[in-house]
Amino acid sequence: MSTETVTKASKGTVLQALNAAITDAMEGDDRVIVLGEDVGDPEEGGIVGVTKGLSTRFGDLRVRSTPISEQAILGAAIGASLIGFKPIAEIMLMNFTTVAMDMIVNHAAKLRFMSGGQTHVPIVIRTMTGTGFSSGGQHSDYLEAWFAHTAGIKVVCPSSPKDAYGLMRSAIDDPDPVMVIENMPSYWLSGEMAEKGYRVPIGKANILRAGTHLTIIAYARMIQEATPAVAELEKAGISAELIDLRTVAPWDRETVLASVAKTGRALIVHEAVTPFGAGAEISSILNEELFGKLKAPVKRLGGAFCPVPYSKPLEDAFAPRTADIVAAAKSLLG
Amino acid sequence: MSNRATPDKTTQIEIYRRMALIKANDERLRKLVKSGRLIMPYYSPRGQEVIPSALFVNLNDDDYLCTIYRGIHDMLAKGFPLKDLWAELAGRTTGTCKGKGGPMHLTYPDKGVMVTTGVVGASMPIANGLAWGSQIRGDGRVTVACFGDGAANIGAFHEALNLAAVWKLPVIFVCQNNEWGEHTAYHKTSNVPVADRAAGYGMAGVRVDGNDPFAMYAAAYAAVQRARAGEGPTLIEAMTYRFHGHVFGDQDAYMDKQRKADAIANDPVPRFRAKLVADAIASEKKLADIEAKIEAEIDVAAEFALNSPFPDVGELKRDVFAEATDR
Repeated sequence: MSTETVTKASKGTVLQALNAAITDAMEGDDRVIVLGEDVGDPEEGGIVGVTKGLSTRFGDLRVRSTPISEQAILGAAIGASLIGFKPIAEIMLMNFTTVAMDMIVNHAAKLRFMSGGQTHVPIVIRTMTGTGFSSGGQHSDYLEAWFAHTAGIKVVCPSSPKDAYGLMRSAIDDPDPVMVIENMPSYWLSGEMAEKGYRVPIGKANILRAGTHLTIIAYARMIQEATPAVAELEKAGISAELIDLRTVAPWDRETVLASVAKTGRALIVHEAVTPFGAGAEISSILNEELFGKLKAPVKRLGGAFCPVPYSKPLEDAFAPRTADIVAAAKSLLG
Repeated sequence: MSNRATPDKTTQIEIYRRMALIKANDERLRKLVKSGRLIMPYYSPRGQEVIPSALFVNLNDDDYLCTIYRGIHDMLAKGFPLKDLWAELAGRTTGTCKGKGGPMHLTYPDKGVMVTTGVVGASMPIANGLAWGSQIRGDGRVTVACFGDGAANIGAFHEALNLAAVWKLPVIFVCQNNEWGEHTAYHKTSNVPVADRAAGYGMAGVRVDGNDPFAMYAAAYAAVQRARAGEGPTLIEAMTYRFHGHVFGDQDAYMDKQRKADAIANDPVPRFRAKLVADAIASEKKLADIEAKIEAEIDVAAEFALNSPFPDVGELKRDVFAEATDR
């Protein structure tokens, strides 16, 4: 740890944290390069400004705006990574990964294995998504389960400025492809900022609050819905342990299993649609490992099984809300 | 074409050596697959020997190649060692990918063979990234993306060529137009020559006789010069003909019999061999010696491959990520 890391904790947003993480990584390592639609400063450093200032500081050969060509973006990231670069590719919205699935699933995820370890793909795929801005069916989906289902890709979902910094730094360090899913409405969420050089290990969950009656496992924006739910449950005499999964793939089985072994009850909450979601996998492992110790069936809360709707009341009803989490938790306590 | 680059005598012989290697290797592979000793999906490049042979004599080991499932000719011309290749084809632990990639995913970074893809159109976007890396480093290396005429109609072709042109990348897109995209003739899938599309990207584009070593050499030479000078990418459409069906074993009834017979009668390998002898570039004996040496090397490679052990099932957990997986 260098002396400059010992700075006083300050406040900032997720947006500032991500920008700081990429800036710090680029400053310390010439191999870190950035590409994507609008990422350069002449294009305003990304549509929400995550990469603002980078092309001015590091040059437009290392920070390069691209045509709207997702396959070309990810192909270029993969190619550069094969010869020692650490590219950070922005796919503006998670739904746009669909037009570049071949590059992600058939190439980024598989080249290490298919080459017998001769090559590997240390890329970061930054992408944003989430309900809350009335963006409708093609700009809001949480598709993390697709990538978690693909051997060879890691998936992280930060929920706070500090985790955003620490997970982004770890994703850049990682020798394998990591998808960093940024939640759109959370960019302006304020909180404690990480110290320079801080890392959140990939695959390590965070127990945000200890409890004894049940475990709530959530990630990304659902932490913001679950946190007030835990307080409300407390008032009703229910002690909930809240785990921020932080990494969806590979998820932290150890922490989750230990918690649920203790509480005997589990509620999994995500914004992605419920069927075949990450919650199904977590629930399945809990049943396999803790059958007999569970005091109630594992419960899942996720998005409605429909495309994300436009109209505000519909969009609000799509993803789990605090009240839904409270009700589901209470149902587990019988 | 007075200023057209011409291969010198040594280079002509080297082009022939690579062509002869590709032909002999293909013949041996088909023989072993047919006999059942080697079980693999095989996409024969027979008939397309000239293209990579005349191309890669213009390049170095540390220049990069991204190629496709029908790409063993490209790899051999790039210097992929035979033993590593054969052991991988046989799925053995001594293969270059430890038997985990197979014929469609052969990789050998020491000779610049960075990616072999089984997905039509995927070699081009990845080649751009290698070329971008060279551009940042200023190392003067050139990246070649090989693909077939079928790949010219997939979206990745458009995205990749456009980006390469806009970024002025040191990359050469080599479309090996063998007249067939799987079972469908090129004229049924596009109204224009592939090379004509280069103009749409503001890129240099040329259509050449890919079965003529001199034409192919000159086109490759110009493209390499352009890339190394920082003047951007080139699209080469090399015209050729696939001697066999799409995948080895298919009945190729869709291929016009006369057209195919004519192409085989005009086999570029013996044709170039005869020219070398006629032009007194190489003696009959010298070429026979080259061929005998190739056969002996293939004997060794095949023997090595078929006598090597299969990988341990523990390999399922290795190379998924840097650290072995536990589930």
